[in-house]
Amino acid sequence: MAATKPRVAVHKFSSCDGCQLAFLNLGDALLQVAELVELAHFAEAGPVDPDAPVDIAFVEGSVSTPEDLERIARVRANSRFLVTIGACATAGGVQALRNLANTAEWVAAIYAKPDHIRLLEHSTPIASHVKVDLELWGCPVNARQIIGALRALLFGVTPAEERDKVCLECKRRQSVCVVVTKGLACMGPVTRTGCGALCPSFGRDCYACYGPAENPNTAALARRFEGLGLSPAAVGRRFLFINSGAPAFRDQGLGASGKANG
Amino acid sequence: MAEEPKSAAPERGERTVQIHVPVLARVEGEGALHLRIRGGQIEELSLQIYEPPRLFEKFLEGRSYEEVPDMVARICGICPVAYQISAVNALEDAFGVEPGPWVQAMRRVLYCGEWIQSHCLHIHLLAAPDFLGYESVIAMARDHPQVVRRGLALQALGNDLMRLLGARSVHPIGVKVGGFHHAPHPAEAQAMAERLHAALADTQALVRWCASLAVPEDWQDFVSVAMGDAQQYPIERGRIIAGDGLAIDPAQYEQHFTEEQVAHSTALYSRYRGRAYLVGPLARLNLNRDRLAAPVQQLLAQTALAWPSRNMFHSIVARAIEVHFAVAEAARLLQDYTLPSAPAVAVTPRAGVGYGCSEAPRGLLWHRYRVDGDGRIVEARIVPPTSQNQARIEEDLRLSLQAFGLDHDDEQLRLHCEKVIRNYDPCISCATHFLRLGVQRE
Repeated sequence: MAATKPRVAVHKFSSCDGCQLAFLNLGDALLQVAELVELAHFAEAGPVDPDAPVDIAFVEGSVSTPEDLERIARVRANSRFLVTIGACATAGGVQALRNLANTAEWVAAIYAKPDHIRLLEHSTPIASHVKVDLELWGCPVNARQIIGALRALLFGVTPAEERDKVCLECKRRQSVCVVVTKGLACMGPVTRTGCGALCPSFGRDCYACYGPAENPNTAALARRFEGLGLSPAAVGRRFLFINSGAPAFRDQGLGASGKANG
Repeated sequence: MAEEPKSAAPERGERTVQIHVPVLARVEGEGALHLRIRGGQIEELSLQIYEPPRLFEKFLEGRSYEEVPDMVARICGICPVAYQISAVNALEDAFGVEPGPWVQAMRRVLYCGEWIQSHCLHIHLLAAPDFLGYESVIAMARDHPQVVRRGLALQALGNDLMRLLGARSVHPIGVKVGGFHHAPHPAEAQAMAERLHAALADTQALVRWCASLAVPEDWQDFVSVAMGDAQQYPIERGRIIAGDGLAIDPAQYEQHFTEEQVAHSTALYSRYRGRAYLVGPLARLNLNRDRLAAPVQQLLAQTALAWPSRNMFHSIVARAIEVHFAVAEAARLLQDYTLPSAPAVAVTPRAGVGYGCSEAPRGLLWHRYRVDGDGRIVEARIVPPTSQNQARIEEDLRLSLQAFGLDHDDEQLRLHCEKVIRNYDPCISCATHFLRLGVQRE
């Protein structure tokens, strides 16, 4: 056994904390992870050393304040591998919806003294600011994804990346297609797998929390949704939801919304 | 941890001290505390929350009511069910929808899962290391392996219970306005009921263990606010009650509780009749002990603590009692589980305003929505538990630090402050982030 264990950090930016829970909900496996690696920084779990040099940094959350910009640069400088976990870190998150609006007006509508609120104009993914070595999609990411990535990096192999569409996972699970049988506006045909196709297994439509799949044919799906009776505005909202910062979804969503307004 | 305390040399018998803790460990999110002590008196104390606001109330505008449960879940990864249930309560209020007994029972079961998960995470990963002198649960596990494994197993049980009705425990996908997307198979429900029954002994042991932890004698005067119900211990629905006799419907909340912005925080401060107040497990237990079943009340009596409690350090015991209660309650509700004809009732949107609340693991969570005739959200207002507790946390810190003694060194003061704050299990993601402690002594 090596004298020193690989060092790991878990950093948080603008987020709901839900992706860190993929670690904190590991149960017994959390203690096994702590045997395999040294958790140098993971504030919610206890260790606080944000500037520790580490082998692997897992980053949750999007960049949304001026301080975040400085902090992500330091995280990058201190880390051999930087892995984003979840929709916020990978695509800007649900809060990237404000990129499509006037943030200052919104802040003024919620806070009586908006001058105290320091926010960048946009909520952006980590890769907009520093090099990212691996992106794990999902809102939230699950234990299988983070343990898979951690194991692969510890073994020195390239982590497998899932880019298939949710539809393929649905077929493997032998779930019934909710578009065909119920006429639901399911985002599965353009959404990256990894969740286990949970929504169709519950008889409901996927809402794309894992972001765009490889080669997503968003235009065809948008037309299909109109055929199901959705208004252009409703089609736009399907694409502009959890991953509105992902270009494939943003462009299709804005196109549909533009049609609604124009 | 963090930066070293920096103490200037004593000057004319007085010392000036500054401590910075850039990130407070073991809370959900990050916050800062500013403390200035002069002449042995606290001159200034403020809990600072630098939440990058995520502006959810604005994201909701223009969305269909059907999108709301999936959207509001994203406010908090630790208590997504609380956000979903408060939201569907409010929207069903607006539409005049009554989802019926099966849906209400299953919402309660799902919510029990979230209480078990969140409380066990808090007790073992966030709070217990304080009481036993460890930096983290991982360090604690080396000396207390059974306690930690029992806690992690109960947390996993909570997560699995959430999966039964929500497919996953973080941002579950089962809840909709009118009910659920999916009803579990009776065999799954039965298997879960058996697991819950089997875990009851562990939850009783957890209560006894938490009650055995040595805590400071820190008695304070405060008003408890929680939901209340004629029959049941409050979780997923009910009226709002307070220790001074208040009993109101969710729609009347804004007539009694106000929210204001302060310069040092991006979370809004709530006040009840101009005063700070407490929400969360201790407030719930203080106000609703008589709604617990006899065996749970007996267990509470065995803790040998006086209830209602005015000591915030008893929150960890209140959480453990609620874990035991939630495991027993979910087992009871799943015992006679039958498949419904449909897992949801039909919903017809109509224009109006709806109010809804529920008891998030860390306290009352109140929502209000104004909806148009197509079921689109016109306006939303959400008051999370942590912003309701924020004024109380500051008041508590003031009193607790005086009682603890301001002559302790900076590291001890900082640790005491952190313990006090953690008693509230603040979810700074709901309200959010950066605990930086600055102590100035003059």
